[in-house]
Parts: sequence; structure tokens; C-alpha cells
Amino acid sequence: MAMMKNITIGQYVPGESIVHQLDPRTKILATFLFIALLFLVETFTGYALGALMLFVIVLLSRIPVKFVLRGIRPLMFIIVLTLCLHFFMTEGRVILQIWFLKLTYEGLIRGLMMVSRLILLIIGSSLLTLTTSPILLTDGIESLLKPFRAVGVPAHELAMMMTIALRFIPTLVEETEKIMKAQMARGADFESGNIFHRAKSLIPILIPLFVSAFRRADELAVAMEARGYRGGEGRTRFRVLKFTRRDAAALILVAGLVILVGFCF
Amino acid sequence: MDALIRFVDVSFSYSSDAEHELEALADINLDIDDGEFVAVLGHNGSGKSTLAKHMNALLVPTSGKVYVAGIDTQNAERLWEIRQMVGMVFQNPDNQLVATTVEEDVAFGPENLGVPTPEIHRRVDEALAVVGMSDYRLHSPHQLSGGQKQRVAIAGMIAMRPRCVVLDEPTAMLDPVGRREVMQTVIKLNREEKITIVLITHAMEEAILADRVIVMEEGRIVMTGTPREVFSKVETLAKLRLDVPEITSLANRLRQRGFDQIPNNILTIEEMVNVLCQFG
Ligand SMILES: Nc1ncnc2c1ncn2[C@@H]1O[C@H](COP(=O)(O)OP(=O)(O)OP(=O)(O)O)[C@@H](O)[C@H]1O
Ligand SMILES: [Mg+2]
Repeated sequence: MAMMKNITIGQYVPGESIVHQLDPRTKILATFLFIALLFLVETFTGYALGALMLFVIVLLSRIPVKFVLRGIRPLMFIIVLTLCLHFFMTEGRVILQIWFLKLTYEGLIRGLMMVSRLILLIIGSSLLTLTTSPILLTDGIESLLKPFRAVGVPAHELAMMMTIALRFIPTLVEETEKIMKAQMARGADFESGNIFHRAKSLIPILIPLFVSAFRRADELAVAMEARGYRGGEGRTRFRVLKFTRRDAAALILVAGLVILVGFCF
Repeated sequence: MDALIRFVDVSFSYSSDAEHELEALADINLDIDDGEFVAVLGHNGSGKSTLAKHMNALLVPTSGKVYVAGIDTQNAERLWEIRQMVGMVFQNPDNQLVATTVEEDVAFGPENLGVPTPEIHRRVDEALAVVGMSDYRLHSPHQLSGGQKQRVAIAGMIAMRPRCVVLDEPTAMLDPVGRREVMQTVIKLNREEKITIVLITHAMEEAILADRVIVMEEGRIVMTGTPREVFSKVETLAKLRLDVPEITSLANRLRQRGFDQIPNNILTIEEMVNVLCQFG
């Protein structure tokens, strides 16, 4: 169960830096701009400049670099796979042959490009969640989606769902551990056997977990209704997001850099 | 003055064909006055929770009427007024907290009511102070003990400025420390904030704190009176599969053994001590 403890939702690192203090909407939009940049850029110089931008933001956020890089680790497999596929599957001038695998020059370039893009994408988006608490992130998403309510985007409902998920994930993790221990006390074995065996041994955990989750959902719905909940209509907020001049400046700066780098390199 | 909550000939059954289904509530007539502290007792399935849910229009009667401050609970237009006036705290402390931090959870009710932001902040501060949870405002609910979670739930009610709080077995899942915390908060609400309390409970020790005790059986109110009146009827309570407080039961056993000087309506240990000291 050590694995489950490690899943920290949003991996937020609390702090007081200027990056932390920016409005979550600023950071979400800046992240999207940065992602757009990654798809505009076609040269290594461009990626290097993108990396430089990220590096400056990391410095400003005062988050240890190793925290930022940690986000890459779970996706290492995908990165290596991408690299290999491009290296050996692209047609072109063969520069190295290992047995039947042909590494081409074009493949080498494309592979490195794709991987740079991927790594910058991961770091860029994890910077958002590292510097923004899940609560503010939810508020930001709700606020940004609000204009699209007219075309049927359920902004408030999505935000409410995220909040409830965040609220109940630790509770459900605790509950899973409790059920596992109870089943282990009765001699259940989750560690040995082949993959099918292990999957099967999870059934006695999943069923009570689902039953309890549905009961929780039911009770929570009643409690919310008792507390006057009736959807987003007419609701005021405890926390009001403030888009300051600093946010405007940050956003203009990022947009400017994205346009400059995106169209020049 | 009119009662704060008034039940007039209320019957309720969960399924629509009332003939086949046993009624969960039958012919309830009940007045709860402003400022009162009422405890509701009854065996499992006797209809206590169903009664409670009628008090803030989570359920409406199949026949009869429920009025909250004179408003018919079937009046859908004034539903939110009723929900604001009568708050509800449930048994499972986990399944009624919605937000990821204590302060935001307390703010949930006022947000739903459309209270302006600065006023929400004032109310949250105040409500957390009343339940003694101000130091935990930035904690997330899963970091709290059961008793603390229940106090946060109570704060969430207070922030809505209710006239009545209905608590449905709020201590059933708590340890003794948690129970004491919650009961102290409930008494404080009643005495200091003058909020009407309806407490559903299985613990007789909690019921003796009330002004009035109501006993339910099969959807009916079968006994009502002060705790002293109700708990002196040991045989009737036993027939309803209910206990009396331990100390009352001890007094009764002593009486049966011939200690006639011991009255049959002892509720607390202090009273027992006083009586025993007079034996000399
Ligand atoms: N959602 C429901 N649907 C159908 N029947 C229900 C429902 N909830 C309760 N009942 C039935 O209504 C009756 C009264 O239930 P209620 O929950 O009010 O009792 P209670 O006194 O609160 O019991 P407990 O002490 O177990 O909480 C019971 O017979 C119960 O089975
Ligand atoms: Mg009940």
C-alpha cells in the first residue's frame, strides 16, 4: 500500500513566491500558451528558449529543481518508447545499424524533437500544479469555463465534482487500506501469483469499496441538499479570485515571448 | 406564540402504495418551541430519522402538514428559507463535509444562500469560534478526528444562522472524547446561542440533558415528557426495547432489593451520591 500514499494529488508545494501568488487563471492561461508554443516551434533553438523560459519560472517559484524534474519519472517509459519509435521507424539516411534496427538521421532528429517537446510539456504543466493549490486550480477552471456556460459547458458542476473528488480521495484511500488489512487478516494474499491471480484477489476489496462509495455519495447528496445546495445558480463565493495588474503583466509577457519564439524559431 | 416546528397529523410512508407498506410515520402531532432542547429516542427503525428529515423539508408528509416558523414545508417556493432556518447534522462525520478545507466547508452553506463574500468571512470566523475549531481552519477534513469533524459540521450549520439544529445521532460513530466535545458544543448552542436543538440519540446519558424527551416506536410518538418523567417509567421503556441511564437502572435495582428510600427518578451520579449520603 506504500504506492497509494505516494499519490499526492496535484503535488502542490506551498510557497509565497511571486509565481505562487499569481491568479490561478493567469497560470492556467500561461500554461496553455506555453503548450501552444511547443507545437509552433520546429527547431532545437526554439526548444532551448522554451526550456530557458521554464527555468526562469522555476527560479522565480523557488521550487527545488529536483521536485520539478520528479514529474518526468513516471512518464520515463513513454519518453523512451517515443524516442525508440522515432529513432528506428523513420525512413531516411541510415547512420547506424544494429542487427535489423536501422537508426536514421531523420529519425534521430525527429526523436529528439518529440522528446524535447514531451519533456517541456510535462514540466510546464507540472509547474502549474506545483505552484497552485488544487482548490485555487478548481476555482480558476470554474471561472475560465464560466463564459462557455451559454454553450452548455457545466462549469460549476465540473468544479464541484473536482472539489468532491479532492475531498474524498484521501478518505477512500484510507478505507481501501482498512479493507485490505481486514481481508489480509482473513488470509487474503495480494502479493503473490500471476497477474490474473492478483487481479482476482482485488475483487474482495473493490466490492466493499464500491458499496461504501455509493453509500457515501448518497449521504453526501442529502447533506448538501440540507445545506441549501441547489447548483451554481445564485451562489456566492467564499474566495473571490482577483486578477491584478501583476497578472496582466505576467500574461502579456508570456504571450509576447510565445509569439516571438513561436514564429521566429 | 406559535411553535417553531409544528407537526399536524403527519403520516409518511416511503413507498407510494401506502396500504402495503408500513408507515414510517403515523399520526404525528408535535410542537417544538423556540429555544427548546428536545431529545428523540427510539429503537432502530422506529422512524426517528424520518421524523428529522421532515423538519427541513428533506421529506414532506404523505398526509398532514409540517410547519416551520409557520411556513408549510410543502411550499416549494420557500424551501430555501426552511433549509436556512433548520440545519441538519448527520451521523457519519465523513459524509457531510464537502470542501477540502475546514473554512471552506463552513462557508458552503452561506455560499449556497448567496450571502455576500465579506459577510461569509465574518460568519465563518464566528461559527468556527463557537465550536472551538478556529485553529483548524486550513486543515483538510481527513486530518481531523471524528469529534472535530462533527464540530465542523455544526459550524457549517451555525454559519447559516439557523433557528434550529437537528442532529441525527451525531455521536454514534465517535469515541468518548468526541462524544463529549460534540455534546458540549450542542449544549453551548442551546444555552448561549439560543438555538433550538432536536437531538436524536441512542445514548440515554445524552437524552437527560434535554428539556423534553420524545420516545418513538413504529412511527408513532409513544411517550413524551421531561427526562425525569420518561426515565422513571422503566417497565414501559423496557417494553420499547430501550434502556434507562445506567445510574437510573442502578437506583431501580436497589429499590427492588428493598432500598425504598431511593427515588425512581434519579438521572445523574451526583443525585445518587446525594441520596446515598443521606443514608448516613
Ligand atoms: N429510504 C428509505 N426507503 C424505504 N424505507 C425506508 C427508508 N429509510 C427508512 N425506511 C424505513 O422507514 C422506517 C423508519 O426508518 P428511520 O430511518 O426513520 O428509523 P430510525 O429510527 O432513524 O432508525 P435508526 O435508529 O436505525 O437510525 C424503517 O422501517 C425503515 O426501514
Ligand atoms: Mg436513523
